[in-house]
Amino acid sequence: MKARVFITLKNGVLDPQGKAIHHALEGLGFSGVNDVRAGKLIELDLADATSDSDIEDMCRKLLANTVIENFRIERLQDA
Amino acid sequence: MKSAVIVFPGSNCDRDLAVALELVTGAKPAMVWHKEPALPQGVDFIGIPGGFSYGDYLRSGAMAARSPVMRAVQDAAARGVPVIGICNGFQVLTEAGLLPGALMRNAGLSFVCRPVRLKVENSQSLFTSQYDSGEEVLFPVAHHDGNYQADEATLDRLEGEGRVAFRYLDQVNGSARNIAGILNDAGNVLGLMPHPERVVEPAHGGTDGRRLFEGLLETVNA
Repeated sequence: MKARVFITLKNGVLDPQGKAIHHALEGLGFSGVNDVRAGKLIELDLADATSDSDIEDMCRKLLANTVIENFRIERLQDA
Repeated sequence: MKSAVIVFPGSNCDRDLAVALELVTGAKPAMVWHKEPALPQGVDFIGIPGGFSYGDYLRSGAMAARSPVMRAVQDAAARGVPVIGICNGFQVLTEAGLLPGALMRNAGLSFVCRPVRLKVENSQSLFTSQYDSGEEVLFPVAHHDGNYQADEATLDRLEGEGRVAFRYLDQVNGSARNIAGILNDAGNVLGLMPHPERVVEPAHGGTDGRRLFEGLLETVNA
């Protein structure tokens, strides 16, 4: 069983990397980009018995820093 | 004073910190590898050095904060043993939950490496007793992720409880309220981005950092 964990900065937390990407897009001539936020995607290959709360525990204890980051878990069927 | 310096894969200021500690205390610290489950008996000071532990994988300090020795550091901190985290060590302490907030990428995105002016905000702590309150000191910084952030309530609490130990006098990395170093609520854990261990003898170009270790020695021996 595979799962994906999306880690994003909380609203209101300044994202200097997102800002730099935004500026670079503008520099390339892409107009109409209002904002850019950068995050992380972590793919987990898990034993089938792994519960949702186990994955949540992994996120809280290591994968995300919940002081500044949110996480979202997506289970993939037969990936 | 019996001190210990924790060494992670990727630490690179561990020897600087050991030299500073030996210079001030007269005793060589125990260098403790991160895989050790326990600290040497009777350690009365713990230093977490700067560097790039685990190559800054995941988040700066995130992997180091979960290594076996950190459980022993957490137990010691809870017993009141003084702990200092410098630069990457500060990042490790926030990731380990020993200090509030987080250290994010510098607002200007550049690695900042230069001496910076700091104001000693609290001269009553066991790390800063040899400084005057409001005194200006010059410590070097060398970091990419030194942008201290916490929610407003946490920042207000830190300020209100005198837990901001050092503040940048100039804009360095975008830190909230220009915070350079903070204390835990019990006052025995200090994290700071600037490097006091790099200014302990005249050949370093300054000795402003020396009094931090002298003050610590005096407190521990008292």
